[in-house]
Amino acid sequence: MEQAGKKRIWGEYQKDIAEDHYFYVRSCIRQTFFPGSETTFLRILRDELFKDVFEDARHTTCTGIGYHTDIVPFETTMTIAARHFALMTEAGYVNFVPSCVTSFGIYTEILDTWKHFPEMEAKARDFLWTATRREFKVPENLSHTSDIIYKFRNQLAASSKHHLIDKNDGKPLKVVEHIGCHYAKMFPKCGIGGAEFPAVLSGMVEAWGGEVIDYPERRHCCGFGFRQYLIRANRGYSMSNSKKKFESMQPYQPDFIVANCPGCAMFLDRWQYTIAEMEGTTYNESGKGIPVLTYEEMAGLVLGYDPWVMGMQMHQISVEPLLDKIGIIYDKKDKYLGSKGQYIGVPQQPLFLLQ
Amino acid sequence: MGRLHERLCEDLRCLEGLNSCMNCGVCTAICPSAEFYHYDPRIICDTVQSTDDELIEQLLKSDTIWYCGECMSCKTRCPRGNTPGLLIMALRKLSQELGYFTDSEKGRQQFAIRRVIGDSILTTGYCMRPMLVNPQNHPEQGPVWEWVYNNLTEVMDKVGANYMKDGPGVLRQIAPAVLAEINEIFKVTGGQDFFQCIEKFSLDKANEMGLIAGERGSDNAYFSEVYTKNSGNHH
Repeated sequence: MEQAGKKRIWGEYQKDIAEDHYFYVRSCIRQTFFPGSETTFLRILRDELFKDVFEDARHTTCTGIGYHTDIVPFETTMTIAARHFALMTEAGYVNFVPSCVTSFGIYTEILDTWKHFPEMEAKARDFLWTATRREFKVPENLSHTSDIIYKFRNQLAASSKHHLIDKNDGKPLKVVEHIGCHYAKMFPKCGIGGAEFPAVLSGMVEAWGGEVIDYPERRHCCGFGFRQYLIRANRGYSMSNSKKKFESMQPYQPDFIVANCPGCAMFLDRWQYTIAEMEGTTYNESGKGIPVLTYEEMAGLVLGYDPWVMGMQMHQISVEPLLDKIGIIYDKKDKYLGSKGQYIGVPQQPLFLLQ
Repeated sequence: MGRLHERLCEDLRCLEGLNSCMNCGVCTAICPSAEFYHYDPRIICDTVQSTDDELIEQLLKSDTIWYCGECMSCKTRCPRGNTPGLLIMALRKLSQELGYFTDSEKGRQQFAIRRVIGDSILTTGYCMRPMLVNPQNHPEQGPVWEWVYNNLTEVMDKVGANYMKDGPGVLRQIAPAVLAEINEIFKVTGGQDFFQCIEKFSLDKANEMGLIAGERGSDNAYFSEVYTKNSGNHH
């Protein structure tokens, strides 16, 4: 194929990511299960990359979980999103950066709908004005937080303290990357590499010394399924989908899993515990399970951040075997202590997963 | 073309989700739900495309439309750019507007989602927050989460959160004035009416089943029924 043709085809898989001045919006799920990851993201942007990031305390949920459990109408969700765009506009920003992949999908869907049905955008403006007397401009750039880290991956590599390399044999760590479905499956052009060749996480892993595993169920959903997890009677759906992925990746013996969606990271961590409790199965040779990281935690480890300040003690699957393999020095005693070093108890031991 | 089909076509997601399905079944091949449940997104497209109101009504009253996980994997692979997952969203909306959702075990679960997620949005400004993930209802979260849950303030402090406090930051308290704006948006855009619609049809069903649903919250017999009931006839 001629070079020009190649360029044109791959051009469709590229994405414009703003350089600086970000209006940052938080995630219900990431704040709940990986609060330290959001703190870490801001620390990386402000202290390592010296970027301007603005957060408005008046930002709320995008209603994404309500929208995808079908209790919140589209008109309501798009007006809540319009309010967030208004907060961005009032603050003088144009680059909108959500932390949550469900939210990212919501915003891409809304902007795409407004493009095809301008009357819906007009309706959103009317609704927002009637309800709040606010007005907004559509963002000039919409990027997920993982897009931002991807954009600066090489710059971060240059100031890294550790690499994704096994200190014992010098070989790259074997990494499973899991992309949240709503990052690019709905709107492939909104993700780096599209839905078929997503590079947002593999780009980070490779820039920091690791090796990405290409396993059969690499693109399969983690199984959240919204109502399929939230309702207790449906949770078999959620767990079965994660189990399918674990069984598919197991032969490659990954050192860890990394996800850009907070829900996926949480489920891939918790379902390993549940499956172990239910049937005694663990998915690595040591019987300790496969550690699951957010991309912020992966970046933070590379940059030498304290794993317990990043909140990695909140994972059910212990991360210590991974830290040891990379050669990260950490304080074992500090893991479950409170912020002032006080004793606040320790979690009970699971039946099967070794700690 | 029937009345129900016309109502479906008023939903943009129906227009965006179905151009012209040729019934190739690629969506079914990739669908995580089709692998787990007795579910076939190809047939969903076929039924909607038929414009047959009798078939559409059956669908709206069935468990079938509630099996989808809305991962939207179907969108990625459809050679004609259809999205059965978007059709499902339109069908679920109509099923709730007409009260048909209470005819099926999986549909009745909307009551629990409305009470938990719906109330959380309106009263806290978040779809979910840590206190909602009670270890009693979420044993799958494991002992580490139980430890976090029992020590929320201390753990959140350690990782730099602004837990339940004013100002920006992780898990901040959402101010009353902000919650008022959110509630007003729900009122103006039909979100509040939709919540009331789910409540009304659910309370009617609870009465019919002889179960108490209460005015709010999850501490009632109808909530327990819809939250935990699994007939096992879905696979």
